Order: sequence, then C-alpha cells, then structure tokens
Amino acid sequence: MAINDTGKGRQMVPFPPVLISIAKIVLTILVTMLGLIFITFIIGRIMPVDPVLSIVGERAAKDVYDAAYIKLGLDKPLLVQFWYYLRDVLTGDFGKSLLTARPVSEDIIRVFPATLELATIGTIFGVVLGVPLGVVAAVRRGTWIDQVARVVALVGYSMPIFWLGLMGLLIFYGILGWVGGPGRLDFFYDGIVPTRTGMILIDSAIAGDMNIFWNAVSHIILPASLLGYYSLAYISRMTRSFMLEQLSAEYVTTARVKGMSERQVIWGHAFKNIRVQLITVIALSYAGLLEGSVLTEIIFSWPGIGSYITTALLSADMNAVIGGTVVVGLVFVLFNVLSDLLYQVFDPRAK
Amino acid sequence: MSQTDLATAPQSNGWRAWLLSDTPTSRRHAKLASLYQSWLQFRGNPMAMFGLMILVGLVLMAAFAPLISPYDPFVQELGNRLQPPGAEGHILGTDSLGRDLLSRIIYGARITLYIVTLVAIIAPLVGLLVGTVAGYTGGFIDVVLMRITDIFLAFPRLVLALAFVAALGAGIENAVLAISLTAWPPYARIARAETLTIRNSDYIHAVRLQGAGPMRIITKHIWPLCISSLIIRVTLDMAGIILVAAGLGFLGLGAQPPSPEWGAMVSDGRKFILDHWWVATIPGLAIFIVSLAFNLLGDGLRDVLDPKESGE
Repeated sequence: MAINDTGKGRQMVPFPPVLISIAKIVLTILVTMLGLIFITFIIGRIMPVDPVLSIVGERAAKDVYDAAYIKLGLDKPLLVQFWYYLRDVLTGDFGKSLLTARPVSEDIIRVFPATLELATIGTIFGVVLGVPLGVVAAVRRGTWIDQVARVVALVGYSMPIFWLGLMGLLIFYGILGWVGGPGRLDFFYDGIVPTRTGMILIDSAIAGDMNIFWNAVSHIILPASLLGYYSLAYISRMTRSFMLEQLSAEYVTTARVKGMSERQVIWGHAFKNIRVQLITVIALSYAGLLEGSVLTEIIFSWPGIGSYITTALLSADMNAVIGGTVVVGLVFVLFNVLSDLLYQVFDPRAK
Repeated sequence: MSQTDLATAPQSNGWRAWLLSDTPTSRRHAKLASLYQSWLQFRGNPMAMFGLMILVGLVLMAAFAPLISPYDPFVQELGNRLQPPGAEGHILGTDSLGRDLLSRIIYGARITLYIVTLVAIIAPLVGLLVGTVAGYTGGFIDVVLMRITDIFLAFPRLVLALAFVAALGAGIENAVLAISLTAWPPYARIARAETLTIRNSDYIHAVRLQGAGPMRIITKHIWPLCISSLIIRVTLDMAGIILVAAGLGFLGLGAQPPSPEWGAMVSDGRKFILDHWWVATIPGLAIFIVSLAFNLLGDGLRDVLDPKESGE
C-alpha cells in the first residue's frame, strides 16, 4: 500500500489499514469455522444411527424415549438445534463417547499430543531433507540428480501410505529388527513416566529416563520418517520451482557477474528470497501431515487422533467422530490462516 | 465442406502430411492438426507414454477380466490358503481363504476404475456448475458460493470423507459420494477463474444481444471453454482419488467383502504381514502402480496442454 513509503513499514504501520485487514482475516476465519461446524452438524443429522436409541437402548418404553427425544432438543426446528449444537461446540462440549464413556473433548486432549508429536517429527524430517534436495535439483537442473529428485517426489505422491507403513514394518521391524514395533513404547515401559505434555519424547526427557526415551525414539522413527517422506515429496517440489524462479532472475546474473561464489549466490541471495514462500509451504504440509497421520496411526497402533476417529467410526460412536472431525478441521483452518499470516508478516511486498 | 476434405485427403501415409499441414482447409482440419501436434509432443515424453500404457493395460484388464483371470476371484479353497507367489497354479499366491490373488487383482481393477470414473465425472461437474454460476452471476451469489467452496477446501480430505461415510454407511456408492463431496472445490475455483476472464469478452456480449439467457450462455458458451483446464486437473487428481478410495477401502468403509477391492485386500493381508508378506504387498503394489501411472500421465498432459503451468 502506498502509505508505507518510508521503507520501514514494519515498525511504522499506520493503524486503519492493518485493523481492516485483521478484521477481514478474523471474519474469514469465523465464517469458515462456522461453516465447518455446520457441515459436521449436517453429517450428524444424516447419520442412520438414532441418537435417542443409543442413549436409552433398544427396548426403552415410549415415554422414556420421548423424554430423551425432547431432552436432546430433537423436537425443535433444525435451526434451533443448530444453535444448541453451536453453543455446545464453542464451549468444547462434544458429548460423551460411547466407547470410552468419557467426554469427547477430554479424549481428544488426551490423544492429540501423540498425533502432534508424530507430525512434528515427520515435518522436521521433510524439511531437513526436502529443502536441500529441492535446491540442488533446481541448481543442477536437468542432470541426474534432478531426475532422482523428480522420481522421489513422484513415488511419494503415488504411494498409498498405509501400504508403505506395512512395508516399513515388514522390512525394518520384521526382517531387520532395527526399529521398535507398533505402539509408542514397548509395553513394559508403558505408564512409567508421568504424563506432562502427552508427548512421550518430551515427557521421558523431563523425567530423565533415557531408557524410555530411546525406546520411544525407536518406536517413532519409522512412522515419522514415512510421514516425513510425504512432506519431503511436496516440499522438495515446491522448493525446486521457487528456486528456479529466483535463479532465472536478473539479480542472480548480476551477482554472478560481480564474481560472487556460487555458494553465496545460491544460499545467500536466491535462497534468502524463497524463505517466506517456504514457510507457508511448510505450514501447509504440516497441516497435511496431521491428516496423513490418520492411516499411519492405524498401521502403527499409534494412539493419536486418527486412531481415535477411526475406532469410533467403526463402532458408530458418532459423538467422537464428529468431535474429532471438528477438531482436525479447526486445526487445519488455523494452519492455513497461520501460513497466510506468516506470509504477510515476513514478506514486505505483501504489505 | 468437411466431406470434400476427407475426399481430397490422400489415403495411407498421406494422412500424416494432411495432419501436419500448416494451411488447414476447414475447422475440423485445424482441430485435428492441432490435436495431432499435441499427440506428437506427448509421445515424445517417455514417462507420460509409460503412464498411458499402464492405464490402457488396466482398462483392458478390467474389460476382459473374466477371460484372463485364471480363477474365480470369489471361490475359496481352504486347503490351499496362504500359498506364496509362484506356487503351483497361483502365480501371485493365494490369500487367507485360498483365493487366487492374481484373479482378485484383475477383478479389483474393475472396482478401482468404477470409483475413479464416477468421481472423475461427478466432482468436476459439480465444480463446473458452482464455479460458472458464481463467476457469471457475481455479487452476493458469488460470495456465498465461494465461501462454501472455501469451507469445503478447509477440511482435510480424508477426514471429511471418513465422516461422510460414517454417516452414510459403508459401501462403494457412498465412498464415491464422499470422495466427490471432498473433491469438487478445486474445480469450482478453476471454473470460476475461467468464467471471470470470459464473462466480459465481446462474443459473450454479442450472444447476449442476440437474446440468449444466462442458462444458454453458461451451458453453451462458457462451459466448453472451461473443459480443457478441468481435464488437466482431473488427470492430476486421479492419483489422489485412488489413494483416498484405497484408504477408505483399507479402513473397511469402501467396497465390502468379499469384493476384491485393492485397499481392502491390503487390510486383509495386514494380519499376516510378518509371516505371509505377499497377501498385503501385491494389492498395495497394484494401487501404487496405477496411481503412479495417473501421475505420469497428468504431468505429461499438463506439459502438452498447459505449457505455462508446467514445471519445466
């Protein structure tokens, strides 16, 4: 915007435009979240399971049934029902899970850190390997290493994750015995360290129990690196195309003409300019891993939100399914918004 | 006009010259010539051709399944269960109920193609409808439709499909519905963008002056121009659709047993993975190969049809 002609826009941003753009973002988030909650409400409505029957049981008397029916608000108009639902969701009340007989929100708080731990390590893996691979592929464009990077990404895009997980278990656990099996820990280590963050690596490190820490590492390494492979595929492709764009720019030629070392041209100039774009890509792939972990968690018996949703689903525990879906959806939206915001904050041109 | 073209066009190897001619004699000639040019360019891409060949093979395999499969995919032979690949009479071995894996893979191609084809028809159509209506009418309707699109885009795909299938009940048709419901938003975006660029062009004004209503303009004059970008996107999406469908099947929410859906077969073999690796490995390999083929084909098509979008 024209107001920022001082060149130090970040410190001296005038109020009104910023407030307006913040208000716009907030409004977008609110509308999206409202829509998200509405969709889950509709899903809850079309389900073939009768919510009353699941409370009072199959052989309840007519008046018991009616009482529960009214208590659930099912006699009210749909819009009023949605209002009740919205109120419940906003206060974090997703009802009780049929399976665990506990409030769904408590369950989700308990299982979410496991997913977060897995997705975080997967993303770290993807970034650490994917970014250099993408940069090298762009710099050595058309050479064998570019081809290798392309094949690595294509295979990543095409591989069914549940199958890759099974193959990983078969080879690295079944045949080679290099890693721990399914689950977060060997079962005789279970429940020894007190739960603080819910992330076993951090909890065991806090407790100072190195045996458990290394055991947890041996269990997480395989699922996390398989998940990381997916983010590697995505991140390396995006890095490559961002870098190609920069390397064809004139300032790169100028830098080279001035006699800068290739290393400085690539990492000091071109790479510096793609950092902002990369951050948004990484944020998006992180959110994607939260989703990708659904199937991975099943294969590795990982007690995260993906396992939670699918177990609930197979036993028609709709409260848990809807609760889990809302939470995953909200986290997804938040990551999207976050990546947008990061872009705005770090890219001076976006102001 | 075109009849004379066909008559004057020399037969046999003259076709090539006719197709490559720089001076088309009719509309159809020009169209065919440009198609041929694209085909030549596509043919020069070995990876894309490889993908195309696999997919042609897949279609043939599905079409002639009863002829080429050595056994009935549903017949159990409990005395012969969990035979390794290469066992007598079973090239790929047998599963836990003694069914021939090769035959089940061959019949499974039908289910995969069925799901993919239906989704590839439904999702772009819905997207096309929403996108063009939003783009053409503009204003309030545009805002509302695009908000709805964004909301669906905000959901992670597999989780939303899971929730839908949970509500609708497991089965192929419901899986198709759920995947389509999660797949249409990107098409709506593309169609809207195309519509916005076309909407104010002169020929649309001309058609409107001739008295055409919005319905006619959208269906006859805007839709045809959106098709090509949608096709590229569909091909690139196919791999993702196959993976989501297989994922649903793996979770037991897609095709129900005993139908030989590949994802469900992997799930079936999961119990024996450490002792009888092939039961899960072979169907997973089939999913991987087909989804890889779609990715290769999509990349190649994009290079040909939409050079500005390609990574090269």
